[in-house]
Amino acid sequence: MTKSTLYAKWISLVFAAFFLAACSGNDTKEAEAEAAAAAAEEQAAQEAAAEEAEQQAQVKAQQGREAAAADVGTVFYFEFDSSSLTDDARAQVDAHIQALLGNNDSVRLEGHTDERGTREYNLALGERRANAVRDYMVANGLPSYRIETISYGEENPVAYGSGESNWQQNRRVELK
Amino acid sequence: MLIRRASLLALLFFASSLHAELQIEINQGLDNPTPIAVVPFGWQGLGAAPEDVAQIIDSDLVRSGQFAPVSRRDMLSYPTRETDMYFRDWRAISAEYVLIGQVTLGTQIRIDFQLFDTTRQMAIDSGTVTGPVTELRMLSHRVSDAVYERLTGISGAFATRLLYVSVTRNPDAKDFYRLTLADSDGQRPIVLLEGRDPILSPSWSPDGQEVAYVSFETSRPAIYRQNLRTGAREQLTNFQGLNNSPAWSPDGNTMALVLSKDGNPDIYLLNLTSRALTRLTRHFSIDTEPTWMPDGKSLLFTSDRGGRPQIYRYDLRTKKIERITFEGTFNARARVAQDGRNVALVHQRDGRYHIAVLDLVTDRLTVLTETSLDESPSIAPNGSIVLYATKRGQDSILAAVAVDGGVRFSLPAREGSVQEPAWSPYETP
Repeated sequence: MTKSTLYAKWISLVFAAFFLAACSGNDTKEAEAEAAAAAAEEQAAQEAAAEEAEQQAQVKAQQGREAAAADVGTVFYFEFDSSSLTDDARAQVDAHIQALLGNNDSVRLEGHTDERGTREYNLALGERRANAVRDYMVANGLPSYRIETISYGEENPVAYGSGESNWQQNRRVELK
Repeated sequence: MLIRRASLLALLFFASSLHAELQIEINQGLDNPTPIAVVPFGWQGLGAAPEDVAQIIDSDLVRSGQFAPVSRRDMLSYPTRETDMYFRDWRAISAEYVLIGQVTLGTQIRIDFQLFDTTRQMAIDSGTVTGPVTELRMLSHRVSDAVYERLTGISGAFATRLLYVSVTRNPDAKDFYRLTLADSDGQRPIVLLEGRDPILSPSWSPDGQEVAYVSFETSRPAIYRQNLRTGAREQLTNFQGLNNSPAWSPDGNTMALVLSKDGNPDIYLLNLTSRALTRLTRHFSIDTEPTWMPDGKSLLFTSDRGGRPQIYRYDLRTKKIERITFEGTFNARARVAQDGRNVALVHQRDGRYHIAVLDLVTDRLTVLTETSLDESPSIAPNGSIVLYATKRGQDSILAAVAVDGGVRFSLPAREGSVQEPAWSPYETP
């Protein structure tokens, strides 16, 4: 055996080893990549599912808030010659605020009074009532540009007759 | 646009005879009304007379509460000229005064009339009124004005018109609103504007040629002016918030109004020529219902700056504000008589809302009505009668009371509600 053959053999061995190593190295990397991809995919799927679940939960929660808002009604009643929100009205408006914070709806608040007093003074009183609801909504985080207020005064009554049973139905702010 | 065209058409057919929407019921007259016989007027023209002129005049005089009519059935003769007058015929049926006349149709229509005093057995007044055939009813009212003035010393206000809002209730949907113009006896109603959106605060220009009002037709309140002759209509304001209570200044150049664009209701002046807007009041309370003193130097308005609604006066020269009502916890929506002395307003007493008159010279407040939901007082241009709205059952009706409380009549609608009457000024031709 010559020194050169030995050398050549060694080189080929090295080459073979290298080749093998290279081959086996490629295999490992591919497998790893596949695994990683699968994992990522799974994670993404999990995340998407979670997100979807979260979204669904949010939609459900919003639906719940909107249902709660619908439940309390869109008419808030006031005491005679007063524009202060009663406890009942405040609870109603709270429900609407919760619903509105979760969507982008704009609302129109229509202020009304009973028939007593003068029509033009009642227009001003109706505006005070609508503004009282608006101010309460804004104080609780609703942007004012989403709220329009208007007063009808004693026009468009709900109950046509006179007497407190009719009047109390007409002293109101309607959310539309 | 449709509305505008409709009103124009209505104006073109001014003469078409429409049924009166309002009926008249006399509730209280003077204890000793003066008996007056209005004899059927003669007619010189083709066919039958288009109107019973004597009947129109008779109804006017009766409505004033100061005269007792003499029935035609009781009349012993029907003179139409002085030569046919026999005073014994009238003394026999206790008529103190007798009005006779004739109507003549030419290119225009003419009414000649003569008024007799049966005690003194002489003619005490005579006159002629002339105008287009379509205005025969208004010409008849002018004869009533002449007779009324001759016998009472006070200008008549029969040849004037009324603006009011009628509402047809609709429990299942929106109410239906109409702004209507009618003669002072409720006849010849003309709809100026109608729709499902509220109409409020009708008011007159000082020359009686234009009206202003608030309409919600754009889904928000805005002030409009409308010319009664041409039908031309213009939107004057469209601010955020309240736009209401338009009130023409006595010279017709400025309009006082209420806006809440700066946060809460305040009184503003709109120059109708330059369109410049001037803010008069600046207060966190409600300032509303402005009305001009006849001299145009100050305005009255309602404010709850003192805690409850009361009437205040704004002096345009000194810019000073002074409170003028002190009786009771609610005085609102003042309207001033042409003499600048009597102020009609809504006054609350024991939870009931009445029409009252405040005498600015003696500071005495007199409650004129006994009903409990009275509002929107409007004073006749002769200062003698306050027209207002009150409630009868579920409906709003118009009612009138003499400033001295002596005479009352009501004008209910045949159906639905009528509210916010505004009595025209004397029209300047």
